[in-house]
Amino acid sequence: MAIKCGVFKTTYEEDSAIWQTKVSKFWIALLLIVLIAFPFVFQGSRYLLYVCNSVLIAVIAAIGLNILTGFTGQISLGHGAFMGVGAYASGYLMTHLGMPFIVCVVVAGCVTAIVGMIFGIPSLRLKGLYLAIATLAAQVILEFVFVRWRAVTGGSQGMLVPPAQIGGFAFDSDFKFYFLALAFTLMAVLIAKNIVRTKSGRAFMAIRDRYISAEIIGVPIFQYKLISFGISSFFAGVAGSLWAHYIGIITPEHFNVMISIQYLSMIIIGGLGSIYGSIMGAVFMTLLPEVLRLISGLFSNQYPILVNIFGAIREGIFGLVIILFLIFEPDGLAARWKTIQNYWKLWPFSY
Amino acid sequence: MKQGRIREEVVMSGEEITLSFGGITALLYVNFAVQRGEIFSIIGPNGAGKSSLYNVINGFYKPQKGRVFFKETEITHLKPYQIARMGIARSFQNIELFKHMTVLENLMLGRHIHIRYGLFKSLFYFGPCLKEEVQHRKRVEDVIDFLEIEHIRKKHVGTLPYGLQKRVEMARALCLEPEILLLDEPMAGMNLEETEDMARFIIDVNSEWGMTVLLIEHDMGVVMDLSDRIMVLDFGEKIAEGTPGEIQQNALVAKAYLGESDGAFLGR
Repeated sequence: MAIKCGVFKTTYEEDSAIWQTKVSKFWIALLLIVLIAFPFVFQGSRYLLYVCNSVLIAVIAAIGLNILTGFTGQISLGHGAFMGVGAYASGYLMTHLGMPFIVCVVVAGCVTAIVGMIFGIPSLRLKGLYLAIATLAAQVILEFVFVRWRAVTGGSQGMLVPPAQIGGFAFDSDFKFYFLALAFTLMAVLIAKNIVRTKSGRAFMAIRDRYISAEIIGVPIFQYKLISFGISSFFAGVAGSLWAHYIGIITPEHFNVMISIQYLSMIIIGGLGSIYGSIMGAVFMTLLPEVLRLISGLFSNQYPILVNIFGAIREGIFGLVIILFLIFEPDGLAARWKTIQNYWKLWPFSY
Repeated sequence: MKQGRIREEVVMSGEEITLSFGGITALLYVNFAVQRGEIFSIIGPNGAGKSSLYNVINGFYKPQKGRVFFKETEITHLKPYQIARMGIARSFQNIELFKHMTVLENLMLGRHIHIRYGLFKSLFYFGPCLKEEVQHRKRVEDVIDFLEIEHIRKKHVGTLPYGLQKRVEMARALCLEPEILLLDEPMAGMNLEETEDMARFIIDVNSEWGMTVLLIEHDMGVVMDLSDRIMVLDFGEKIAEGTPGEIQQNALVAKAYLGESDGAFLGR
C-alpha cells in the first residue's frame, strides 16, 4: 500500500487540501475515534482524565502563542497573563452577570483579544528582545491587576467559577469536561490551520521572514501585527476560560510568568511556525512532569529512600530533557515528524 | 514596434527630489518622467543614488524636498504598502524573499492586495475563501509558466540557487499585476545564460503585458539593448538623459564612469 506514491492531483482544490491521500484521511479518522473512545475506556481514572484535559487546554493556548511567535515572529512573554484575562472575564460574566457558558467563552476571548491588541501596540516600534521585555511588562501589569482589582477578580483569595453548562447539561466531571475540551481543541486546530494557510497567515509569515518585502507587496505591517496579537490572545482567552470553568477556582498564581515561559518552551520544543508543532509541544510539556512523577512513584515501592531524592531532582530532569531536546531537535518535534513522514511518503518505492 | 508600445502618457514622475542623510546628499534636484510602456533605465556609478531613488518612489525614504507622482496622484507621503496597492511593484538588489516559505507561498503573497475575502471568511476556508484562493492560484500559475519556474514551485525559497531566487523575486513582483515594475539590478551576479533569460523576460513583460519597467543595472550591454531611455545619476545628480545612442555619445557620462572623455567602453 503506497502512501503517496502515484497520487496525482488534477485540481488546485485537491492540491490545497490538508489531508491529501486516502491513507492520511484514514489515520486522522482513526485518531478521532481513539480520542473519542479514550475516556470511555479510562473512565475510572480521574487523574488520567485530568491530565488529558490539561493537555487539551494547553494545546489551544499553545496554538495561539504559536500564531503570534511562530508565524508572525513577535515574541510574547505575557501569554500566561492573557489566559488569566480570559479566565477572569469568563468567571465574572458567569457569576456576576449570569451569562450562559458559550457566551462567556466567546466574550472572554474577545475581551482578551482587545487586551492583547492593546499590549501589542509597542510592537510597532519594538522587535525581538525589546518586545519580549515589553510583553513581560504586560504580564506584570496584568498580574498586578489580578491581585489588586478585588471587586472583579477576588484578589489573592481567588474566584469561584461554576462549571460549564450548555443547554442544561453541566460539564461538571473530568469525564464530561473531556468532550467539551476536545470539541474546543478540534475547532481551535481547524481554525488556526485555516488562518495560516490563507491570506492573513501568509501575511503573518511574510512579516516574520522579511518585513521590508512584506510592505513592498502591500501588507500593512502594523495592522497585521495587531491582528496577530488579537488572534493569539483570543485563543489564550478561550483556553483560560475553559481552564477556569474546569478547575472551579482561579487565583493569580495560575497565570504567572512561569506559565508564559512554559508556553514559550512548548512552541519552541514543538516547532515554531507549525500548528502540529504546537500540539506536540503542548502534549510533550504537559505530559513530561506527569511521566516523571509516575516514574518516581514506581520507585517508591522498592527504594523508599530514593523517593525524596528523586522528588528533588525531578525539576532538574525536566530542565535537562528540555535542554537535550533543544540541542538535538532544534527545529522542534514538528520537524522530526516531517522527516519521518517524508521517509514513508514514497514507501515502498522510495528510489 | 517601439512606437506602438509607448504611449504619450506620463505614468510616473519626480519633481526636484532631494534626499540627504545628515550631511550626505543622496539625491539632489532629480527630475524625471516615465512614459507608459517604456523601459526606463537608471544608471550611474556605485553610490550615485539609484537605489535611494527607488526607496523614495516606494515610500521607504521621505525626501526633504520634491514630489513623486504616480500618474496625476502625488505619492510622496504615502506608506510603502499604499504605494504597492496603487500598482507599483519592485524587486530588490539583495534578494528579499520570504526564505522559510515555498515559491508558491511567496507568489501567493504577491496576490495579497488582490485577495478580497476577510479574516472571518478564512476561518472556515471552504466556500468563498477556497473559491478565491483557487482563482488567485491560477493567476500565480500563469506567472510561473511565464517565468519558467514550474519545477521549483513547491521548493522552499532558501534552498534555491541565486539565479532562480532572482527570478522568483521578479515573479512575486509580477503577481501584483503592477502598472510599473521597478527592477533593481536583476542581472547582478548572473552568468551569461541567466542574464539572457532575464533580459528576455523583461522584454516580454514589457511588450506582451504592456508593463512599464524601470531598470537599474550595471551590465551596460543589457541596458543599451533594452532601454528606450536612460537616465544617468552621479553623486545624486542627474547628469544626462536620453536614448541609448545619445548616452553613449555623452561626454559627461563617460567622464563620470571613467574620469575622462573616453566613451568607447559604453559602446560594447
